[in-house]
Amino acid sequence: MPKITYIDSTGASRTVEGNIGATVMETAIRNNVPGIEAECGGACACATCHVYIDEAWREKTGGPSPMEEDMLDFGYDVRPNSRLSCQIKITEALDGLVVTTPERQG
Amino acid sequence: MSEPIKTDVLIIGAGPVGLFAVFELGLLDMKTHLVDILDKVGGQCAELYPEKPIYDIPALPKVSAQGLVDALLEQIKPFGATFHLNEMIEKIERIGEPLFRITTDTGKLFEAKVVVIAAGGGSFQPKRPPIPGIEAHEAQSVHYAVRQMEKFRGQKILIVGGGDSALDWTLNLAPVAGHLTLLHRRQEFRAAPDSVNKMLALVDAGKIDLVLGQVTGLEGEGGKLSAVNVKRNDNSSVHIVCDAMLPFFGLTMKLGPVANWGIKLAGELIAVDTEKFETSMPGIFAIGDINTYPGKLKLILSGFHEAALMAQKAHRYVYPDKKLTFQYTTSSTSLQKKLGVK
Repeated sequence: MPKITYIDSTGASRTVEGNIGATVMETAIRNNVPGIEAECGGACACATCHVYIDEAWREKTGGPSPMEEDMLDFGYDVRPNSRLSCQIKITEALDGLVVTTPERQG
Repeated sequence: MSEPIKTDVLIIGAGPVGLFAVFELGLLDMKTHLVDILDKVGGQCAELYPEKPIYDIPALPKVSAQGLVDALLEQIKPFGATFHLNEMIEKIERIGEPLFRITTDTGKLFEAKVVVIAAGGGSFQPKRPPIPGIEAHEAQSVHYAVRQMEKFRGQKILIVGGGDSALDWTLNLAPVAGHLTLLHRRQEFRAAPDSVNKMLALVDAGKIDLVLGQVTGLEGEGGKLSAVNVKRNDNSSVHIVCDAMLPFFGLTMKLGPVANWGIKLAGELIAVDTEKFETSMPGIFAIGDINTYPGKLKLILSGFHEAALMAQKAHRYVYPDKKLTFQYTTSSTSLQKKLGVK
C-alpha cells in the first residue's frame, strides 16, 4: 500500500499506509492524523483539509481544479503548493507522498 | 407586538429531513410551518452541494442533492406547508401543555403545539476567517454582514473575499466609503462576471483599490481596528489603514441559539430517545443530523425514519383525544385523499 507522510506545522511527522483510491484526507482521518479537520466530510465544500504538497511531489499530484481553487479562498495562509487533501486520490504513483498541514484549518 | 402565527407544528430547518417531516405530519393531519435561516429550501443539499450525486437514498440509485430537494417538495405539495426563509429562531418559550411561543430574529412570532428541530449541522452563519486575534475586533470593526450602509459613510473600508458577497458589497459601498480596498487571494473571482467587470472599472477609474494577497494580522487598540497587514502574492507586505474590515468567507454551520433553549445537549448535538426522537423537553423533537443517540448515523435516510416515528408522538400532543390507527398509503383511502390522489 502506498505510504503517505503528513508533517504538521511544528515539524512532527507521521507516515501511514493509504489504500489506492482513498483520498489523502480520508487516509489522515482514518489514521487519526491531526491537523486535518475535514468539516464537510470530503464534499469540497469547506477548506479544512488544506495541505501543502512537498515540492518534489507537486508534479505528480497536479494542481487544484477550478472548484477546489475557489474553495481554497477560504483557507488560511494559502500558498502556490496548497491543495485540499479530499481532492487528492491515492495512486501507486503517489507512494511516498509528503504533505504538510498548515498552522490552522479554516 | 404582532399576532402570533398559530400552527400545529413548527419545523426548524427546511433541509431534506425537515421537508419529509411535513409529509409524515401531514398524513396525520398536522399543519406545519417551516423556518430556515437560508434564503432557499433544501438546507446543506441546496447550499453546499446541489450538483453532487447522492447514492444511498432508498430506491433512488443516483440523485443530485438539488434533485432530492425538488422531489421532496413535489411529494409534500398536498400538505401546503408555509416556508419562512431568511429567518432564524431566537427563542422558544413553553407557554402551555404543550404549547410553545417561538420568536425569530426578525421578530416574527409563532405559537405551536409541537416544535421539531431539523436543523442539520445547525444554522448557517458567516465564516470567521482564520486570522489571529480577529474576535477582539468583531464588536466594533469587523463585520460579516452589512445591515446599514450609512454606518460606513466616510470610513476607510477593507473588504476581503472574491465571491458574490464581497463583490456586491464592494460595488454598493464604494460610493459611500471614504476609501475602499478589496483584498482577494488571486486574480480570479468566484462572482458574477458583470460584478467583476464593474469592480475592475472602479479600480481603473482610481475609485477603489484592489490588492491581491492574504491577511496576516490586524492592528488596533481596544477592539478598534486601525490597519490590516497583508502578504501580497509576491511575498511583499502591505499595511492597509482602515476603520472597518468586512470579510466574506462563505458560510459555516453553528449550533447557534439552540444551545440556549434549555434542551439537553450532547456536545454540539441534541440528545433524543429512539422511540419518538423527543428531546429532554416534552413537545420538542429533534430529527436528522442535529440529534444523537446510541448508534446514530448521520444519513438522510435515518432522518426520514426519525421523522415518521416523531410524527406518531406529535399526533398525541396535537390531537390528545384522537386515536391513531396505523395506515398504509398503498391501501388507505383516507391517506390517499390527503395526498390528493383519490
